[in-house]
Amino acid sequence: MEFLVASAIGVMTATGLYLVLRTRTFPVVMGLSLLTYATNLFLFASGRLDVNRPPVIGASLNGYVDPLPQALVLTAIVISFGMTALVVVMALRAYLETGNDHVDLPGDASPEAHEDDWKPGGARAPAVQNAAGQKGAGGHKRGASVKGGEA
Amino acid sequence: MNHALILPILLPAIIGALLVIAARYDKVLARVFSLASTVLMLGVAIMLLVLASDGQVRSYALGAWPAPFGIVLVLDRLSALMLVLAAVLGLGVLLYAVNGWDMRGKHFHPLYQFQLMGINGAFLTGDFFNLFVFFEILLIASYGLMVHGGGGLRVKAGVQYVVTNLVGSSVFLIAAGLIYSVTGTLNMADLAVKVPQVPAADQALLQTGAVLLLLVFAVKAALVPMHFWLPGTYANAPGPVAALFAIMTKVGAYSIIRLYLLAFGADAGDAAWLAAPWLLPAGLVTLVLGMTGVLAARSLGQMASFAVIGSMGMLLATVAVFTERSTSAALYYMIHSTFAAGALFLVADLVAEGRGMQRDRLAAAPRFAQGGLIAALFFVAAIGITGMPPLSGFIGKLLVLDGVRASAHAAWFWTLILSTSLIAIVGFARGGSIVFWKAHALPATQASAAGRRAPALAFVAVGSLLACLLLLTVFAGAIHGWLDLLAAQLYAPAGYIDAVLGAAQGGR
Repeated sequence: MEFLVASAIGVMTATGLYLVLRTRTFPVVMGLSLLTYATNLFLFASGRLDVNRPPVIGASLNGYVDPLPQALVLTAIVISFGMTALVVVMALRAYLETGNDHVDLPGDASPEAHEDDWKPGGARAPAVQNAAGQKGAGGHKRGASVKGGEA
Repeated sequence: MNHALILPILLPAIIGALLVIAARYDKVLARVFSLASTVLMLGVAIMLLVLASDGQVRSYALGAWPAPFGIVLVLDRLSALMLVLAAVLGLGVLLYAVNGWDMRGKHFHPLYQFQLMGINGAFLTGDFFNLFVFFEILLIASYGLMVHGGGGLRVKAGVQYVVTNLVGSSVFLIAAGLIYSVTGTLNMADLAVKVPQVPAADQALLQTGAVLLLLVFAVKAALVPMHFWLPGTYANAPGPVAALFAIMTKVGAYSIIRLYLLAFGADAGDAAWLAAPWLLPAGLVTLVLGMTGVLAARSLGQMASFAVIGSMGMLLATVAVFTERSTSAALYYMIHSTFAAGALFLVADLVAEGRGMQRDRLAAAPRFAQGGLIAALFFVAAIGITGMPPLSGFIGKLLVLDGVRASAHAAWFWTLILSTSLIAIVGFARGGSIVFWKAHALPATQASAAGRRAPALAFVAVGSLLACLLLLTVFAGAIHGWLDLLAAQLYAPAGYIDAVLGAAQGGR
C-alpha cells in the first residue's frame, strides 16, 4: 500500500507541475487541481497509512492513526477547492477581457507590442469579447486589447 | 492571559464582516468604518508595542487549550513591531485609497480589512499550520484587491499571481506535513524543543521540510529565483493595493526570521542555521537582480517593484548572517523599505492618474496637473528607497554594512550593496528625468489638461508615509537601540519557549 500511495502522490505531483508550467490557463488549472490532490494525499499519509484503525485513542482499541493530519487535510481541501473555483473565474474573466487564454502578460515581448497593448478598444478584438461586451463593459476602458491574438 | 493580543485579528474581522453586510452600497459609511477600524488597529498595535517593550513574551491560548495542543498567539517585540508597521502602512494607504480608488470596484473596504486581519494574524500566531491559514486569509483578500477595478491586463496578472501563490500554498502544506511527521508538533515553540531531539535517521525528512518551508517564504518574500511573480503583480495592481503589498513581502521575511531563529537556530543540533547557506547567496543575487531591474524598468510601477525586490534581497541576505547586530540592522532597513516602497507606489499612481493615457510609463508626455508637487514627492521617495542621505535608507544601509562586518562574506556585501546603490540611483534618476523633466520639452496639450487632479488627502497620505521616513531618521538612535533589544530577545529563544509552553503547564 505504501508503494501505491507514494507512487500515486509522485505521479500526480509530476503531472501537476508539468501542467502548471503550460502556457494556457486550462491546463494550468488542471495542474493546480492535481497538485492539491497530491498535497492532500501526502498530508493524509503523514498521519500513518493503516487499514481499520480509528483516529481516536481508546483503552479497548488496538492501535490508532494520528487524527491531526486528517483535520489538516480537511482545512487544505476546503481552501484548495475554494481557490480552484476562484482561479477558474479569474481565468475566464481574463479570457473574456483580453480575448486569449494565455498565462503570459501581453506586451512583455517587445516595445512595439507594449505600445499596441494600450490602444483603446483594440484593433482586432475577437468575437467572444464582443459577445461578452455588454456584461463586462467596465473593463474595456484601457488595456483590454490584444495584439493580433498572440501574446 | 491578556485579551488585547487577539484584538488586531478580531477588530478587522468584525468590521470587515459588518462592512459586507451593512455598508455595501453606502460609500460614506464604508469609508468611515474602514478608516475608524484602521485607526483603532493602529492604537491597539501601539498599545501592544508598549506592552511588549518590557521584554516579556506574552502568550494567548485560543479557547484556553494548553499550548502544544491548542493554537497560541504570541506577542514579543518582533510581532509588536510588525503589527505597528502593518497598521501605519495600512492607514496611510487607506487614506490614499478613499480618494476614489475604493469605489472603482466592489468590496474594497471589506477586502482591505480582511487583508489586514490576515497580516496581523500571521505576525501573531505561534503555530505554523495556523500561519498557513493566516497566509491563505491574507492571500485570498489580496486576490480580490489585486484585480480591484478590473481591466484585462490586471486580471491576467492576477491569474499569474493566484497560480503562483496556490502552488506556494501546496508546497507549504507538504513542508508542514514533512515537519509534522518527524516532530509530531505544529507549535513553533514546541518545534524548537523537538527539533534537537530528532534522530539522525529522520534528519533528511526534517531538513527537506524546513528547506521547502523556506522556499514558500521565499515566494512570499520575492527572493530569487521565486521573485518572478512580483513585478507583473505589483505593476498591474491598483496603486494603493501595490503600496499595501509592500508589507506582504515582509510577511515572508518575518516568517523566515521567526521560524529559522526559533526552531532552526543555534540549539537545533544537526539542523542548526539551516537557512543560512540558502538564504545568503539567494539574497545577494536578489539584491543585484532587483536593482538592475530598476534600471531596465519601463514604468514607474515596475521600477518600484524591482526596488522592492532589491530591498528584500538586501534584507534577507543580512538576516542570513544570523548575528544580533545584523538582525537589528536588517529590521531597521525593513521598516524603512516598507514605508519607502509604499510611498513610491502611491507616487507612481499619482503620476499614472495625472498623465491619463501615458499612465506611469517611462516615456515623455506633456506636463500634467500638479506635476511639480508630485515630482518633489517622487524625489523624496526615490532618495528614500535608493538609500541616499539624508533619509533613513542611508542610515539603514550604514547599519547593514556595519552589521555584516564580522561575517566571512563581508566583502561580498560591501561590494554588492554599494554598487547596486549606484545602479538604483542611476535608474531612479533616469526614470524621474524622463517622466518629470522631459515633459517640459513638449508643448502643453489638451490631453494633459484632461488628466485628473488629485485631491489634497492623497498628498496627505503620501506625505504621511514619507514623514515616517523622516521620523525614522530623526529617532534613528532610539529606534536602533530598541531593535537591539528585539534582536537580543530573538537570539534567546528560551524566553519565547518558556512563555508558550510554561503558560500551558500553569493552566493545567
